[in-house]
Amino acid sequence: MFDQLDQIFVTALHWLVGFVPEAWRPLASSLICIAFILSVFPAVFSVTTIFERKGIGRIQNRYGPNRVGIPFTKIRLAGFGQFLPDGVKMLTKEDIVPRAADKVVHFLAPVVMLIPVLLAYAVLPFGKNMAVTDYDAGLLFFFAVGGAVEVSVFMAGWSSRNKYSLLGAMRAIAQMVSYEIPLILSAVTVVMVVGSLNLNDIIAHQNQYTFGVAHWHVFTPWGLVGFILFFIASLAESNRTPFDLPEAESEIIAGYFTEYSGFKFALFFLGEYLGMFAIIGLGITLFLGGWTSPVAFLAWIPSYVWFFTKLMAIVFIFIWIRATLPRLRMDQLMNFAWKFMLPLALINILVAGIWHYMAADWQRWLVCSVIIFGAYVVLGRGLMQNQKFGKRIYRYAE
Amino acid sequence: MTPFFVITGIVTLLGAAFAMSLRNLVHCALAMAVAFSGIAALYLQLDAQFVGFAEILVYVGAIAILIVFAILLTRSGEAPEKSVLTSGWMAGIAVSAMVFTILGWAVLNTSAIPKEVPPAPLATVKHVGDALMTKFVLPLEIIGLVLTAAMIGAVIIALKEESKNGNSGRKS
Amino acid sequence: MTALQGCLLISALLFAIGFAGAVTRRHAILVLIGIELMLNAANLNLIAFWRFGPHPEALTGFIFVLFSMALAGAEAAVGLALVIAIYRHRKTSNLDEVKELQG
Repeated sequence: MFDQLDQIFVTALHWLVGFVPEAWRPLASSLICIAFILSVFPAVFSVTTIFERKGIGRIQNRYGPNRVGIPFTKIRLAGFGQFLPDGVKMLTKEDIVPRAADKVVHFLAPVVMLIPVLLAYAVLPFGKNMAVTDYDAGLLFFFAVGGAVEVSVFMAGWSSRNKYSLLGAMRAIAQMVSYEIPLILSAVTVVMVVGSLNLNDIIAHQNQYTFGVAHWHVFTPWGLVGFILFFIASLAESNRTPFDLPEAESEIIAGYFTEYSGFKFALFFLGEYLGMFAIIGLGITLFLGGWTSPVAFLAWIPSYVWFFTKLMAIVFIFIWIRATLPRLRMDQLMNFAWKFMLPLALINILVAGIWHYMAADWQRWLVCSVIIFGAYVVLGRGLMQNQKFGKRIYRYAE
Repeated sequence: MTPFFVITGIVTLLGAAFAMSLRNLVHCALAMAVAFSGIAALYLQLDAQFVGFAEILVYVGAIAILIVFAILLTRSGEAPEKSVLTSGWMAGIAVSAMVFTILGWAVLNTSAIPKEVPPAPLATVKHVGDALMTKFVLPLEIIGLVLTAAMIGAVIIALKEESKNGNSGRKS
Repeated sequence: MTALQGCLLISALLFAIGFAGAVTRRHAILVLIGIELMLNAANLNLIAFWRFGPHPEALTGFIFVLFSMALAGAEAAVGLALVIAIYRHRKTSNLDEVKELQG
């Protein structure tokens, strides 16, 4: 029974596609999958904005939005309906385009941002047999479309003819390009051990259980380090705090989308959050087992429930980090990427190779953990050498 | 020669034509990115999946951004007032038209085109990896060296020079 | 016209456009854009012949194109570094104005 529940969306897809004549079936199947992605993920986006505002509010010792229910009715949802008036506000705001702006490029920038981000969802497996496409080089496809987002960031910043927008865009592109490298290198360790770039194969490799615990990659030394590096790099790729200098309100107003209002801003906002979900989805697929369950006796829960549970758990951690950590300055950000994360990612690749070739018992755990720990301590001390931390001084306004 | 192929080809060629003829350099760079994406779509239609994705990753994701950065660092973002064409541009156009004519005539009138289309080759990542590690391992190592040398060389060429009194090129 | 001939025509036209731009435009970066287009045309040619030629399972054309892309990336980086260095010295990126070897 639980197997049928697990595959309910796949059987629904086959049933719907069966209504269409034979020649049109691939097209109909693609269209239904696209409709699924376009309806589910913006809904997850709305829920995330609410959780973000309420979560950050609670961490900052205040309530978030707590009054809005469903508009035009008397249903009170204690703030969970906030996304509906927010959506209406974004859609009905006046669309201001600066007079000196480059109109075509200014118009196309949000579109060019959304297209690669939505394309990235085509390879993520949301459940068992539930990936939209099964590319042989699916992981490479994901990173390729992730790199195409940078063009849209530049288009937005340059076409506004605003030097602060351009500055924010340049900073955002530099940050995204720098953090793409640890992102891809930490995914390379997974590819090395699994032997395939196909995301379904990567999940199948993690779908085995010993003593009831799954073989998730995060439960190995190289996988843990890889997951942490991937996590930090995905924080930077999504321009979230602590890496949100390109779009922080107190720094540069809104960086590369300063001159956007109304629906175009809503598209940028949507694109940013959808990009965040896509890259978290990839991290879950690579390191946290995708749609598999961590323990064998919970494997009856449907696979898509596991995927979205893990997705929302990591989104919650993103929100928690946003409310807790201060922002990194641009040079601190770049130092961190190039001088700490990149060497650590390269050493992680070495460790993954050692893990693969050593025999499967406790020695390889010891060797790999010692190498990683040693590298972390050496790199950490190397980075901290130039800092001068004195005693904390408090100055009061007298 | 499906219609999709023809449309992709036309989009690519339009992107390339705009990239070479617009006045504003940033528009040229963006049109070039469109041309690269069109070429990636052509690769995907020719069953070269890995190369298609690598084209987007390398060209659109890196080279286009590099060109855009260079345009901004050399302050060429505004449209120039003078002519954008070099002297002797007519000879250039004539030569390129001649090149295309000769190549097109050769392509259309050759008898060396095989009549039957071979089945789609198996270019999975595993085969590419096997080929790279067994048959093509020497070029792989050499290209590692070339990329390292290019990276170091590019950084050194573009590095700001420190003048003798350490003013880093600024005139006081 | 077979599919191979269609691909070859597209690649020839792309090459001609890239060549025309590289030879006609004054700005150094546009010359580099033209060179990148020409490299892409050659890569398309190689992939077309790999796909429609004999022995596609030998992957020769495929691997050639991978290496060609890597080299194109390296060459673009070095070329753009050169353009930036020239701009820093001569304050211009017009190829007509950097004709003489001077101090």
